[in-house]
Amino acid sequence: MMHQKSVLRVVSKLLIPPILLFALYVQFHGDFGPGGGFQAGVIFAAAFILYGLIFGIATARRVIPAVATRTMLAFGLLLYAGTGVWSLLLGGEFLDYSILASTPKAGQHLGILLVEFGVGMTVAGAMTTIFYTFAAQTLGGDEPPEEEV
Amino acid sequence: MAATAVSMLWLRDLFAVVMLSGIYSLFAAVLYVVMDAVDVAFTEAAVGAGISTVLMLGTLALTKSKEKAHKKVAYGPLVLVLVTGAILIYGTLDMPRYGDVNAPVHSHVAPRYIEKSGDEVGPPNIVTSVLASYRGYDTLGETAVVFTAAIGVLAIIGRRRKNKKDEPPTAKAKGESAS
Repeated sequence: MMHQKSVLRVVSKLLIPPILLFALYVQFHGDFGPGGGFQAGVIFAAAFILYGLIFGIATARRVIPAVATRTMLAFGLLLYAGTGVWSLLLGGEFLDYSILASTPKAGQHLGILLVEFGVGMTVAGAMTTIFYTFAAQTLGGDEPPEEEV
Repeated sequence: MAATAVSMLWLRDLFAVVMLSGIYSLFAAVLYVVMDAVDVAFTEAAVGAGISTVLMLGTLALTKSKEKAHKKVAYGPLVLVLVTGAILIYGTLDMPRYGDVNAPVHSHVAPRYIEKSGDEVGPPNIVTSVLASYRGYDTLGETAVVFTAAIGVLAIIGRRRKNKKDEPPTAKAKGESAS
């Protein structure tokens, strides 16, 4: 059991907040630097996966339950497609963000922000869901699978 | 890179293979940085070296960590792989040299992205403009692929957990009740 390894526990506790913060930075700074929804989603999920590995899947499920990750998974894709439908309803083409706001540039900015957020949520949800599902296969999800290898 | 790939082929210890595949991904990420594709390198490092290594380890915990030794060489698949590989390499002969200014990829839509994306879309990072706005359909498709992958995993092995419901850790039951 990894639960007793205090170095791992302390270091991971120190690391997880910066990882989550970095994921948000990558998410919303994607317009200006490298990064975007995909990368941010993966980093965001990595924080939870690290938590699950160190403290056990059951504890991780208490932090972010499987139903939440599945909702994120579906809602992200829905947000992306919904942005497209929104522009469709406003009289433009599917996924044409220019008419989402008063000026085309502001509309593009808003649209990109929304779809990148959707991508990030779907990716984070997918990665956490897959990890939970795999981990739950061994020992009913009470212990991280990596202890055996 | 080639050394990691070849040793992955020869090793029988799957744990080492997983580790080497992570290292391979990191090398690939470095290669992308050298080619100035930082966004791709970022993704490769996060997904290839990070998440997939963890998922592979999770899979190893479910299966055996040693590959069964096959003494016989299967000639049919070997020939098939060699022929396919040869065709693929033959296909690359027609590709323009790396960094060629006249390559089709630089003369088709790229100039417009580089010159106009600042006015048309806005973000200084052209990759983001192309990914989310010009190529919005593609990215929607990619997101759908990620979504489908997770749903697939859930459908294949996620259900089986229901059988173990008789042992009740509270948080698990909470996650399951709504699933």
